[in-house]
Amino acid sequence: MNAMKKIKGQFSRLQGLSERRKNLIIALLALLFPPFTHLLLGMGANRWTQVANFFFIYASLGLSLNIILGYAGLFQLGHAAFYAIGAYTTAVLSTKLGIPILLLLPLSGLVAAIFAILISRPILHLRGDYLCIVTIGFGEIVRIALRNDASSLAFLGKIPGLSGFAEKVSGLVITGGPNGIFGISRPSLFGFTLRQQWHYYYLFLVFVALTVFAMRRLENSRLGRAWACIREDELAAEAMGIDTVQMKLLAFAVGAAWAGVTGGLYASWITVIAPESFSFWESVIMFCIVVLGGTGSIPGVLVGAAGMVVLPELLRQVLLNIQQWRMLLFGAAMVLMMVFRPQGLWPSRRVRLGMEEEESLAAS
Amino acid sequence: MGQFLQQLINGLTIGSFYALIALGYTMVYGVLKLINFAHGDLFMLGAYVGLVTLMGLVVNMGMSASLLVLLAIFLIVMVVIALVGIVLERVAYRPLYRAGRLPPVVSALGAAIFIQNAVMLLYGARYRTYPEEFKAIVPEVIWTVGGARISLMQVVMLAIAFVLMAGLYIFVQYTRVGTAMRAVSLDHDIARLMGIDVYRIIALVFIIGPALGAAGGVMVGLFYGRIYFTLGWGYGLKAFTAAILGGIGNIPGAMIGGLLLGVIEALATGFVSDAWKNAIAFVVLILILIWRPTGLLGERVVEKL
Repeated sequence: MNAMKKIKGQFSRLQGLSERRKNLIIALLALLFPPFTHLLLGMGANRWTQVANFFFIYASLGLSLNIILGYAGLFQLGHAAFYAIGAYTTAVLSTKLGIPILLLLPLSGLVAAIFAILISRPILHLRGDYLCIVTIGFGEIVRIALRNDASSLAFLGKIPGLSGFAEKVSGLVITGGPNGIFGISRPSLFGFTLRQQWHYYYLFLVFVALTVFAMRRLENSRLGRAWACIREDELAAEAMGIDTVQMKLLAFAVGAAWAGVTGGLYASWITVIAPESFSFWESVIMFCIVVLGGTGSIPGVLVGAAGMVVLPELLRQVLLNIQQWRMLLFGAAMVLMMVFRPQGLWPSRRVRLGMEEEESLAAS
Repeated sequence: MGQFLQQLINGLTIGSFYALIALGYTMVYGVLKLINFAHGDLFMLGAYVGLVTLMGLVVNMGMSASLLVLLAIFLIVMVVIALVGIVLERVAYRPLYRAGRLPPVVSALGAAIFIQNAVMLLYGARYRTYPEEFKAIVPEVIWTVGGARISLMQVVMLAIAFVLMAGLYIFVQYTRVGTAMRAVSLDHDIARLMGIDVYRIIALVFIIGPALGAAGGVMVGLFYGRIYFTLGWGYGLKAFTAAILGGIGNIPGAMIGGLLLGVIEALATGFVSDAWKNAIAFVVLILILIWRPTGLLGERVVEKL
């Protein structure tokens, strides 16, 4: 009992800390993670640093999807397409032309954004669930295209006027088909090339910190407020003079760009990519990260990413003898989470306030 | 011409499976405005329960495979999966009716992962084959019509699908309960004011939808002979596409959407490229949605005024 009180006291003291202090503590913990785990686990630490790297990748994917799904309220369930386009842009240009990775990252983002604008323009007027299946469809089309590679397009030669097409594409290898692309170069800065897991840890940490900072600024910017307005009531937003089509396009473009850069980072870290790394399942994970964490909430998405990436890994370590039950438990946990905390683990202020309002209305 | 006819028939057969599964998506969407992503896995579970029942009745109890046995298998599977459907609704969806639109989707995805892995744990990760005995139920007869080969199996499949769909249509259009169902899909509150028990109707939808999907599962098992635990993802996605194609929430729409999607896919396989058939199906879907934003038979709804 006494111990409980003590813990509670500590906890409330933690809550009493200023925002700046809290951020400082989190930053310190994050910076010290690799050496600390190394001291604790020795060589086994590599595994956990790798898990942390996966966490960073999914956190930044979650944050990028959060722009489309959380801020603008667009039902996007094919986000892996943009991730894939970023990863393949980096992979193809680095293996074929030898362009350094750090130059390719912004380019990957740009390519993904252009692609997003091209495909989302004709479908923006679709209602929620119709938009959902179309985004799933785009995700699948991208995956199939990557799998089939350019040479499979020979059938287009049957179209009159394109008769020479089959010869042109036969033997053309761009995406490497089902095997994907390997031997992607690693990022290097001033002659130092990143190789170890912990090298990447710090690169990703900086990237995610930058992402969180950018998202915070975005949330309260003119653009962010316009998205919130569209999400809450599109008609009212339009009446207020917000160009809804433009704003939705921007949401897709910014979200896709960020996912594209993340894809480039992923490709340069893993150095081998294949179409199956960007399947529908990946889009589902990103979607769940956002909703489980708390739609529209930055800390929520980070917690959600931890839940979807780190939790299965912890289960793997803990449940050694009932390994095959892992995914079963995972699915059940997803259902239970939603049933008991539908607003997400760390809901955004806006959602929290809305819920309290509803509760007080129900009480009165 | 012969090849065209052949692909048309193949497409209609596959399309009838899609249509049966799509009905589950569209009915649930109609009353709850929820995409039940676990539906594809209920279909897959149906295929496995069908296999188990077939083994039990024909192989273990030594019943001779006849049309009556086939009927019994369908009935048993449909009842079992309908029960699973009710449990699913109670556990995973009912607590979330007031939680907005995104949480139930995640809950459904969680349920899908759960069912998939439960089946994998129970029946193994390798594919399972339907036993040879079932072949005696539908003898291997093949007709040649205009250069196309039609098997008796295809005819039986189409007939079963047609009977189930016609039955559903008549039920929804001409019975009191069916009318109540349509009322609930229009407006929950007004339906409740008219004395309809909305929760009971929702439960009923979660009986009929999964039962039809399960019938589709047995049909896929009988037709292709082999099933695997990830069957639900692929067919579920296709059926969902079909439901959207026809206009989600619309029952005849799901039937037409399913058949159309099957035919598009078969024609794409036969005349364009097998590797690109799924991509082509999605491209056609997107084009149709650009032309008609709420699907072929979907009514034009204005969301807010």
